[in-house]
Amino acid sequence: MNFLLAGLVGLFIATAIYFLLSRSLIRMLLGLVVLGNGINLLIFTAGRIGNGAPPIVPGGLEQPAGAIANPLPQALILTAIVIGFAMFSFLLVLAFRAYQAMDAENTDSMRLAEPEDAPRPPLSY
Amino acid sequence: MVVLPVVLGLLGAALALMLRRARTGIALVVVAAIIVCDVLLVQRVLDGGPVSMTMGRWLPPFGISFAVDMFGAGFALAAALVTLVVLVYSLGERVEEGFYPLVLLLLAGVSGAFLTGDLFNLYVWFEVMLIASFGLIVLGGRPLQLDGAVKYGFINFLATSFFLAALGLLYGLVGTLNMADIIGRAPSANPAAIAGVAALMVLAFGIKAAVFPLNAWLPASYHTPPAAVSALMAGLLTKVGAYAMLRVLVMLLPAAREQLDWVLAALAIATLVIGPLGAIAETNLRRAIGFLVIGGIGAIMAGIAMPSLHGVGGAGLYIVHAMLTLTALYLVAGLVEKLTGQIDTRKMGGLYAAHAPVSILFFILVLAVAGVPPFLGFWPKLLLLEGGLGDADLRGAGEAGVDWLSLTIVFALLVNAVLTLIAGTRLWAHIFWREGQEGQHSEYRNEPLKILSARERWFGFGAVTVLVAAIVLAGLWPDWLFQAALSGAGDIVEPAGYIAAVGLAGGGP
Repeated sequence: MNFLLAGLVGLFIATAIYFLLSRSLIRMLLGLVVLGNGINLLIFTAGRIGNGAPPIVPGGLEQPAGAIANPLPQALILTAIVIGFAMFSFLLVLAFRAYQAMDAENTDSMRLAEPEDAPRPPLSY
Repeated sequence: MVVLPVVLGLLGAALALMLRRARTGIALVVVAAIIVCDVLLVQRVLDGGPVSMTMGRWLPPFGISFAVDMFGAGFALAAALVTLVVLVYSLGERVEEGFYPLVLLLLAGVSGAFLTGDLFNLYVWFEVMLIASFGLIVLGGRPLQLDGAVKYGFINFLATSFFLAALGLLYGLVGTLNMADIIGRAPSANPAAIAGVAALMVLAFGIKAAVFPLNAWLPASYHTPPAAVSALMAGLLTKVGAYAMLRVLVMLLPAAREQLDWVLAALAIATLVIGPLGAIAETNLRRAIGFLVIGGIGAIMAGIAMPSLHGVGGAGLYIVHAMLTLTALYLVAGLVEKLTGQIDTRKMGGLYAAHAPVSILFFILVLAVAGVPPFLGFWPKLLLLEGGLGDADLRGAGEAGVDWLSLTIVFALLVNAVLTLIAGTRLWAHIFWREGQEGQHSEYRNEPLKILSARERWFGFGAVTVLVAAIVLAGLWPDWLFQAALSGAGDIVEPAGYIAAVGLAGGGP
């Protein structure tokens, strides 16, 4: 199971990097989403997979009876999912506004902040 | 007490969002209150060593800890001071709706990152900071800003994703995310795997801090928002990345840092040399200053590459210096852009005759950034040089041989000082000294220069003058800074006090 999940994480991250190398903003965004999911799966796998019971302490006991699943990775992933979703929505709107303002979604043609024909450094002094 | 700067910032941001009429007042009062808290915190850490608190009754290492040593408290204080200066500066100009809440949110995120004692919590504060800076950079929505924000946003989100992956792997290896607990447990984990995690951390924080091969987003984005916003971002954001790298590599994973020694040294040397070279080649004023920011990051990297007491102390002091000085430099650049109505240094010129005080401020800041002796930038570099030469150990060369790596870093630091001085004085000569615009008419008066309005003069110029005066005074009496930096470095290099403060003295359960 661990090997399967580790392979899946690798596949997710490889796909993400392939997408991120693209020049199109939308494909880059998809890459970031896939990367986020791959990393969440990575945290899940790194937190150990087993067949423990749900981490709930039965009534009347101070601690759980048998082996329980590790609840911490799930809390971490939940936080990361929420944050990742917020970032994704912001970047999606940003990409759309950039498309409207510059009529470009190809990063090669977004050169307002760094003009292509930038002047040479001044030679005086 | 320890979380108060963060809580105040978040509450203030919410209040400023709700009560629009009073948001200027709210922002100023809240930042002033945060400064008071930070001063008290620094005082307490100076007196009794690191302090910590843990949420709820989940005792460490299970609960989320806030743990503060000298570096964390000092950087939080410097960040709050810088924010106050930027807020006062922005009183002199029209700001967009949403500026004040976002500034408070940014300060909360930065303070949280400096004060937290938990790695996952550090990730959360990085994201808080990131979303606030996204908001600030696009505020106003000019196409130029959108272009800068696209590059800034994608790369920085990628960096925090890498950080998340690294901390997930670290959790899998040591089973904890509490920083004090990691110090105790990391040595017994697989060293090769830990080194891999550390390399991923270097990549993530290297992007956040704009270390040389990963720096392209900074000069592409920092000059696009208004000057007050770029001053705030230059002062706070890259320094948090550098601080996180210092904390994680030197304090949490020193054995892995040892393995990456060559990589870190190469990054430091390349960043030190290439930053100011970029500034020399640039004609856009604020882009040129962006390259000076990168050069400063190189000095901090030098401290991480030579983690002796003096090296780490120098890096810490440099972070404080860079926060104050580069914010001031961006704010002065904002004044220059207002006076000339231009963003290109080729079309500026003749400002010395038109407004001599601004030229004096700019010149002092150039000397401070380059590290010319009486100014603030000299002292952290002195500590770094001492650390490097101590590492190199020239006198004891017979036993272990000369450490050429440290010597090369020392040489790069000196080259960086010279190149920064060249870049800065060239900017000064082009903007202030030359009579007019570049070209055949450079000796004719530059006619279209404007004068500052009364508000801009009082708030804009006044705020920068106060900050520069503080920089000069701190440079003239650096004794207490030295003491604070060395005591902070002591906590980082020898973290027993930090671990005890978190309550894990027995090595954890």
